[in-house]
Amino acid sequence: MIAASGIELRLGAVDVLSGVDLSSRPGQVVGLIGPNGSGKSTLLRCLYGILRADRGAVLVDDTTIESLSRRTIARSISLVEQCAPVDGIGISVGEFVLLGRHVHRGDHQGFTADDHRIALDALDRVGVSEFAHRGLHEISGGERQRVVIARCLAQRSPMMLLDEPTNHLDIRFQHEILDLVRSLGLTTIVVLHDLNLANRYCDHLVLLDRGRVVRAGGPDEVLQPGVLEPVYGIEVRRVADGDDVHMAFGRSTQLVGARSSG
Amino acid sequence: MSTDSFTVVPHAAASAAVTPARSVAIRRRPVLTTLGVLSLLSVVVAIGLGPVGVAPDVVLQIIGHHTVGFPEVQTWPDTHDAIIWEVRLPRVLLGAIVGAALGVVGVALQAVVRNPLAEPYILGVSSGASTGAAAAILFGIGAGLGPESVSVMAFLGSLGALALMLALARSGGRISPSRMLVAGVAVSYLLSATTSLLILFADTSEGARAVMFWLLGSLVNADWSTLPIGYAGIGTGIAIVYWWRRRLDLLALGDDTALAAGVDPGRTRLVLIVVVALCVGCAVSLSGGIGFVGLAVPHIARRFVGPVHRHLVPAAAAVGALVLVWADVAARMVLQPRELPIGVVTGVLGAPVLVALVRKLPHHT
Repeated sequence: MIAASGIELRLGAVDVLSGVDLSSRPGQVVGLIGPNGSGKSTLLRCLYGILRADRGAVLVDDTTIESLSRRTIARSISLVEQCAPVDGIGISVGEFVLLGRHVHRGDHQGFTADDHRIALDALDRVGVSEFAHRGLHEISGGERQRVVIARCLAQRSPMMLLDEPTNHLDIRFQHEILDLVRSLGLTTIVVLHDLNLANRYCDHLVLLDRGRVVRAGGPDEVLQPGVLEPVYGIEVRRVADGDDVHMAFGRSTQLVGARSSG
Repeated sequence: MSTDSFTVVPHAAASAAVTPARSVAIRRRPVLTTLGVLSLLSVVVAIGLGPVGVAPDVVLQIIGHHTVGFPEVQTWPDTHDAIIWEVRLPRVLLGAIVGAALGVVGVALQAVVRNPLAEPYILGVSSGASTGAAAAILFGIGAGLGPESVSVMAFLGSLGALALMLALARSGGRISPSRMLVAGVAVSYLLSATTSLLILFADTSEGARAVMFWLLGSLVNADWSTLPIGYAGIGTGIAIVYWWRRRLDLLALGDDTALAAGVDPGRTRLVLIVVVALCVGCAVSLSGGIGFVGLAVPHIARRFVGPVHRHLVPAAAAVGALVLVWADVAARMVLQPRELPIGVVTGVLGAPVLVALVRKLPHHT
């Protein structure tokens, strides 16, 4: 389980995070949402121990993250990085996924037959095992994102952090990737921009604005016009579609305000 | 064939690789074995080549006679014995280890700074070695350090340059690739200017020629007394780089990917830079500044075995050794009895390779 309490972080003269609390339950998908610059990715980097908070604590299975080695962190938490490597070096998909096993092997050890089997299972699970011998640069963005998730699966960590995994993907791949993430059953924290995707795939949402948690709770609680409009500065409507609810967005509320006052 | 900013696995290499079913990795053992055998054969053949030719079987007999005492009885002329054992063998062995060092260091640096044009001399270490060597040659500084004072001063110079580069590049205990590149270039220019100034102040044409010969690189000074130190220092460096082969894969893929796989990129980078800089310091102290090998060899090796460092590091060592051993044969054969500095040969051969590489890079880089 991963939890954060009272996280404060100042970068230069800017308070990037101020008193952020977050907790997750086993198997739960937690979504971090908020406008650009609200501190979502920064918080995720704190949760992975890449950035060190000035105040507050990040706990991984009740141990403070600072007391864990990078390797121990990686054994507990896998990370789907924001920029999936477009890969300048021409590495094959299979070799890339195999690198997820590095956390379980010393530098001096080669990969075992078990590692190869686990990597292949991971590729099977995300549905790209036929690409094992192709170059990472030769497959599409959506396939590459699946391969990065396969590398995380090969790590066999119980928790997963994802930083905007649907960036640059078309609508079909966005749903495929998040369907896949949900089906893994891991404790997951995911940074998302698209509120409809957050609504559909997350169990719990944390809405950030200027480094503070504005609201945390279930999607129905957080994705309300009264909560979102002041944060995003845009008109928000909830549209019922059978059992589903969609978010629809209108004109900038600042623009509306400016016009009515003018 | 598609290309990108680093390099790609060529079709020939990919299709030649044996890939058993249900394996995610690509096997390169046959290619690596071939490269290893070729390097060893080259050493034996190259020892026999020169103004005085000696057949490979006689070369083996001479080596056997001096090392394991077989054959016991000498059936070859004394001159051949002296040429092979005293001159050519140390020279070829030095060429092999220096070539291996430059190839492996090039591979490591291209991963560490994620730049296909990184090469051993961007660290500024070789300029430091040149300054040290020039001070020893022109002003006799460090003469008390023994008969190999030029090499010792060169190594001390490279250590000084490394310390200066790290001091300039470090920020909060970390080193970023871009800061390192800028610091390396700055140190390089500063120390090259210092070397030029030393040549100017010394004002002897003979001294200037000696320094110039040293700057261009040469294996002429190879002898049995310095060779073990070179092999120990460079061998340790290559072993450490190979030990961290997977970390190199991860660094080449980016810091976030390294972090995701449980590797601290900042610390790994710092340790690797110190290790490869010491390796370059050893190589340059013994042979001067031999250009282009460290830049071109990693790219050639990638053509044979692909980008994964558990294959690439040994392949670069073998290809580096091959290239330098044969470049040295060319250096002593082309204009015989005059000898060319080996750096001139590698430069002349390396420039077209570099141009070919740049032409293959995509337009956006």
